[in-house]
Amino acid sequence: MTTERKIRVLIAKPGLDSHDRGAKIVARALRDAGMEVIYTGLRQTPEQIVETALQEDVDVIGLSILSGAHTTLFPKIMEFLKNKGMDTVLVFAGGIIPQEDVPALKKIGIKEIFGPGTSTSVLVKFVQENTRKKIATGC
Amino acid sequence: MRKSGKDNFLGFCEYVRIKHGGFNNVFDERKLKEISKERQRWETTKVPNWIERHPERKNEFSTLSGIPVKRLYTPENVKRLDYMKDLGFPGEHPFTRGLHATMYRGRLWTMRQFSGFGTAEQTNQRFKYLLKEGETGLSIAFDYPTITGYDSDNPLAMGEVGQCGVAISSLKDMEILFDGIPLHKVSTSMTINGPAAMLLAMYVSIGDKQGVLREKLDGTTQNDNLKEFFAQKLCIFPPKPSLKLSTDIIEYCARHLPSWNPISISGYHIREAGSNAVQELAFTLADGIAYVESTLERGIKVDEFAPFLSFFFASHNNFFEEIAKFRAARRLWARIMKERFNAQNPRSLWMRMHVQTSGCTLTAQQPVNNIIRVAFQSLAAVLGGTQSLHTNSFDEALALPCEDAVRVALRTQQLIAYESGVTDTIDPLGGSYYIEYLTNEMEERAMRYIDRIDAMGGVASAIEKGFFQKEIADSAYKYQKKIERKQRTLVGVNDYTVEKDWVPVELLRVHPKVEEEQVARLQKMKKERDNRKVKEALDKLHDEADKDRNLMPTIIEAVKAYVTIGEITDVLRSVFGEYRELIVV
Repeated sequence: MTTERKIRVLIAKPGLDSHDRGAKIVARALRDAGMEVIYTGLRQTPEQIVETALQEDVDVIGLSILSGAHTTLFPKIMEFLKNKGMDTVLVFAGGIIPQEDVPALKKIGIKEIFGPGTSTSVLVKFVQENTRKKIATGC
Repeated sequence: MRKSGKDNFLGFCEYVRIKHGGFNNVFDERKLKEISKERQRWETTKVPNWIERHPERKNEFSTLSGIPVKRLYTPENVKRLDYMKDLGFPGEHPFTRGLHATMYRGRLWTMRQFSGFGTAEQTNQRFKYLLKEGETGLSIAFDYPTITGYDSDNPLAMGEVGQCGVAISSLKDMEILFDGIPLHKVSTSMTINGPAAMLLAMYVSIGDKQGVLREKLDGTTQNDNLKEFFAQKLCIFPPKPSLKLSTDIIEYCARHLPSWNPISISGYHIREAGSNAVQELAFTLADGIAYVESTLERGIKVDEFAPFLSFFFASHNNFFEEIAKFRAARRLWARIMKERFNAQNPRSLWMRMHVQTSGCTLTAQQPVNNIIRVAFQSLAAVLGGTQSLHTNSFDEALALPCEDAVRVALRTQQLIAYESGVTDTIDPLGGSYYIEYLTNEMEERAMRYIDRIDAMGGVASAIEKGFFQKEIADSAYKYQKKIERKQRTLVGVNDYTVEKDWVPVELLRVHPKVEEEQVARLQKMKKERDNRKVKEALDKLHDEADKDRNLMPTIIEAVKAYVTIGEITDVLRSVFGEYRELIVV
């Protein structure tokens, strides 16, 4: 039997928006589910988020934004991740993101967008299922 | 100079607690005994028989703050109530029943919808629309770059311009925002904190241009920088200079803008960040105490500025707890001002409040249900005696409100005001055993928190210790867990769900072109203004900030020379430093 290493998650707040209630709850819920969680704090630029993700060698990035700046900031984050060769990192997002924006965000590689009212158990399951293979094979 | 009133206050809390053992009770001792006996009979015979056939829905009932809720309240639960000391008459100490002698029989509350999106032109149109529909006061929502002290053309503002509020970088934008709105006919509230002095300076400048006397300028700057550190978290400068800037405005207004409310001490953001009602009440009043102390330290007498302090609370879902919170807030503040700060002017004891229905209770699922939530939250605010009210729009869990949704929100207030009849008598719930019991509980529980904060050395040290941040994060997590475990039902979210939501309006979207237009206008203005004057104004500001002078007069000069918010903030950042968030998860 092998012991699986803990899933490492970065919860990040891009942009100037200061609504961190959801991000903190998600960070805590994932931690309570046995993951290692790093929370960036507020007002992070796309560069800072990708740099932290690289330094902390995370498997997952959760982006939280409620200001409407996702259409500008998310593509930047995805581009920087790609440039750093981190395309295998699982990225999900949450906040106030209109349905009509979702297809375009998924197209640039954001695996899932969660809206208000999402249960943390749904998030835990989502992260576990989407990282299982990666964690088990150690790649 | 006066010593801090902390020691007196500990004594005061003790006084309030002992006071409840007084002899001026509303209820007759003999009658109380009879009621008690009968209540016990009822509880041991009638109730168990009934429960046997019809079990209660839960084993324990509690408010959102965790105050246990009994099956029934009787005079026993408020037996120590002293009518004159604890309730009094409207317009008189301790103001539990209302701030003014006739309350809504005379003047209704101000219907003030927090609005702002896109460019100054778009928001100007929204303001005019709302005024036409019967709104009685303006309230400006600024976008994130404005709130955090960045011009629209700063790289950090990219993607954010006009998204969450209106983009204001200079007096030029503000002139457009108030085009065709005479300032002597409206009152304006501005949700602005770090750059509050700059926006107030712009408002003063527009008033000057319109020829409105400064003493006639009516409105409010939120200017509550303390709660920024643990609730709204849009801080720019470290705590000490932030408090200095807040106090500069309080001092300046006390001397030059007598109709302006220099500060709106805000519990709303504390609540939205996840606190419960007791914490909201306690932390807000603790902040209030800190502002009073900080202003007293400048040698200004309490009665010279206390009448201009105003407050801002949320109205959440638990109907009676919210009403009790508003009543307790007025009573507790009056007691604090009188006992702790020895205020003499009756107006110094007034807690004038603005209330906003709670944004975090709105659901993205079945959004039309939010109309109902907003209706009873605003009813609670009115039954709690608010002076001013914002009602959220039902589409706000999805986007900034569209015109149709904001009209329904405003109509909700008008329905309460003109159709429900609740405005015809003062404090109609006063005397309800439950309401009075809860009002006492809210006050006592809030006081215990205030004692703890005092013991920590006040608000600033409590912030440094991460006390508020931890308290709020814990409450938010607890609330979330309760919803997920279905210990609390959220209609449409964890129960009574539907496959497809009905959204009967077209959601508002801020067009990306807004940013381009705003940036172009700003850059054109920067080229065309007298840049020699700009440099002089900024040099002077640097100098005055260095010397720790009151910065309001210099900032007014600067904005009149079309110096931008970003430029002023940059100078202040260079003198005061920049705040780095203390992260508490």
